[in-house]
Formats: sequence, C-alpha cells, structure tokens
Amino acid sequence: MISPIGWIIIWIGVAFDILGAIGLVRFPDVYNRLQASTKCVTLGTFGIMVGIFLLKGFTPMGIKALICGAFLLLTSPVAAHALMKGSLHFGTKLWKGTIVDKYGEDKLGGEQIEKEEK
Amino acid sequence: MSIIISILAIGGFLCLYRIYQGPSIADRAVGVDIMGILFVGITALSALFYDLPYLMDLSITLVLFSFIGTLALAKYLEKRSLDD
Repeated sequence: MISPIGWIIIWIGVAFDILGAIGLVRFPDVYNRLQASTKCVTLGTFGIMVGIFLLKGFTPMGIKALICGAFLLLTSPVAAHALMKGSLHFGTKLWKGTIVDKYGEDKLGGEQIEKEEK
Repeated sequence: MSIIISILAIGGFLCLYRIYQGPSIADRAVGVDIMGILFVGITALSALFYDLPYLMDLSITLVLFSFIGTLALAKYLEKRSLDD
C-alpha cells in the first residue's frame, strides 16, 4: 500500500523539478526566475526525499533521506533570500513590466537605518 | 527508472543554458544554485535505484555545499568581504 504512494510522490517531485527548470529558462527577470525556480525545485527535491522515505521505511537510507529533506527545507530558502538581496544591492535592473517596487522606494531609508545600527 | 534521472538531467541542461546565456551575474548564480539542488535529487534517486545507502550521505553533503557556495556568491554580489 505504501509503495505506490511513494512512487506517486517521487513523480510529483520530478514534475516540480522540471517545471522549476523550465521557469528558470522562460521567465524574463532574475527575480522572477529566482522566485519560480527556487520554490519549485525545493518542493520537488523535498518530494523526492519524502518518497524515498516512504519506499524504504525506517532503514538507514530512509532516515538519511528525511535528514537530507530537513536540511533542504532549512537551507534553500535562506540561500534564495541572500541571493535576491545580493542581486538587489548589486544593482540588477527590474523587468520593465514591474508594477510594485517597495524596496526601491525604501532603499535610502533602509540604508540609513543600517548605518545607525552599526 | 532511468526515465526519472533523464528528466532531471534535462533540467540540469536547462540550468546550463541559463548559466551560459544569463545577462547578468545574478542569473548565473541562480542557475548554479538550482543545478546543485537538482544534482541532490539525482544522487538520492541513484541511491534508491542501485540500492547503495552511502550515496545518501553524498546527497546530504551536496545540500550543505550548495548552500555554502550560494551564500558565498551572494556575499560577492553584495560587494562585501567573505569574513564580514
């Protein structure tokens, strides 16, 4: 009973992975690419890990898969956030169809606050 | 079985296209990050298919190394030194 559920979850994860990779190619802007691909690929690889755990159960491989999924959920959004903040400070331009840019409006105030804190 | 790994490898080639084509440095950094996470999935599925549990250790290590590499790239983009 467990085995088909594990394979279905692995296939869903692979589908999310390939959709994230297609989004990395097709989206127009670095921020859109980062948003689409990071969410999709994180959920997809986490789905693969959960599927391996469901297939293998409480064996060493299953427990390692759970640990790997926990590390993935902890590290990947943090890395994406740091990358997005770094590209904003680097000065990568937004897409020309962007409507809302709150960070660009608040950028001077934010820098002053950071300097006061230091 | 090999269909799944082939699909993930096609995703890796799409990331390689973005690394080659990307207009700015940030695009290339995003491509490297996503390709690292895809390789984690390929390694874990290889561990499942060939029944080799030690490949899962390699998968955990790849997650952490990908995280550290992406943080280093982000610090480089932010124009700060690595020990700041």
